[in-house]
Amino acid sequence: MKRVVITGAGTINALGRDVPETLEAMREGRCGISGLEFRDVERLAIRIGGQIKGYEPESSFNRQQMSLYDRFTQFALLAARQAVAQSGLDFTGALADCSGVVLGTSGGGLTTQDENYRSVYEEGKNRVHPFVVPKLMNNAAASHVSMEMNLRGPTFTVATACASSNHAMGLAYHMVRGGSCSVMLTGGSESMLCFGGVKAWEGLRVMSRDACRPFSANRNGMVQGEGAGVYVFEEYEHAKARGAEILAEVVGFAMTSDASDIVMPSKQGAARAITGALRDGGINASEVGYINAHGTGTAANDKTECAAVADALGGQADRVMISSTKAMHGHCIGGTGAIELLACIMALRDGIIAPTIGYEEPDPECALDVVPNEAREADVSVVLSNAFAFGGLNAVLALRRA
Amino acid sequence: MSVKDRVIAIIAEQAVLEPSDVTMESTLEDLGIDSLGLVESIFAIEEEFDISVPFNANEPEKSDFDISSVASIVAGIEALIAEQKK
Repeated sequence: MKRVVITGAGTINALGRDVPETLEAMREGRCGISGLEFRDVERLAIRIGGQIKGYEPESSFNRQQMSLYDRFTQFALLAARQAVAQSGLDFTGALADCSGVVLGTSGGGLTTQDENYRSVYEEGKNRVHPFVVPKLMNNAAASHVSMEMNLRGPTFTVATACASSNHAMGLAYHMVRGGSCSVMLTGGSESMLCFGGVKAWEGLRVMSRDACRPFSANRNGMVQGEGAGVYVFEEYEHAKARGAEILAEVVGFAMTSDASDIVMPSKQGAARAITGALRDGGINASEVGYINAHGTGTAANDKTECAAVADALGGQADRVMISSTKAMHGHCIGGTGAIELLACIMALRDGIIAPTIGYEEPDPECALDVVPNEAREADVSVVLSNAFAFGGLNAVLALRRA
Repeated sequence: MSVKDRVIAIIAEQAVLEPSDVTMESTLEDLGIDSLGLVESIFAIEEEFDISVPFNANEPEKSDFDISSVASIVAGIEALIAEQKK
């Protein structure tokens, strides 16, 4: 089995337009959640989100590209450009043929769907732009990344709601580890902050009207965000031979299904994913220094997640730091695991643990060290990233310091 | 603006050219308009004139709408306007 390392990272989200800006915001515990700005927002009960403000696609894409790229595709491309630039890779010849793209998304081109449904249903138009289908399809982002970077190997999209990015990165890890690919671009992208996207979430009654406060006793729901995270996963010997800078090593991955309820999380399913990732990576629970939590800020997730971590890590759970960065960038749904992996890399490389901001009152059902409100310095060598999706689908990644 | 000038303006925009660079003899291929550019142009023409253009990208040669040159496109649109705006 091959070793797999990360040699490039890119992002755009409510905290920053790239990795350095995002990590600075995470270190400072800055909140990127603000009032939503889009058409018909006044008809929503939920009016806050981790929206990327002042975004000007014209500065990165030409007119023809903009007519083909939904916002979620634009985010994926911007993050992929940063990641590939950092890696220093140029995909030609044999390398292009054995490199691919696996990206997560949940809603795909939801903004495109929303705008065009509005146009035909509400405005009664009988004609839509010819690119509606290629813009809205869930694989549009993966395909455009493949086209722009000349990645000619396995390329596809994974949709497992809030765990999409972790499932995507886990599959990319497997493909490089198994030897079928030398390099995979992987992560995820989401852009659901439009009237229909937020209205649908409103219906479920799990959204907060004021703030995301993971693990806090007074938490009252999740807050949605948007953005993308994309990484270059590269076979270790390939990276070493070209002298690439290694950001971290991917050492374990596991996925499980609760097989119980379409929305209520299960402690057993989550705990099995955590222990599975440890087993896959040959990791002892005592080595785990930090867990980037799924930590949505809902009543159900946070207490179930804490119980699962306690079960999976046993006595080590009292020592480990666990934080949710969703209070800063919002829940970026199918892109969230990819954005959150940045906090894992920061912990390993910079020795800085991103805080859980918005934390106000201890909850006895979330009695772990949740790194409340302020970042902390710590020397950690192994980290985990949790993602537990609606549908009962769990995916946990383990990373080790390079 | 005449129908001809409006059609040329749409085609020029699609080809990222000045309208003066688009002649009646030009073919879409000459102008660098590919299959996606063609359906986008037809959409823009339908919007501009509020007409329906009978064009199936699967069998362009069988369509009643002749796209072999700018002149044939303009003539086709003039005919469609006359027919559909009665």
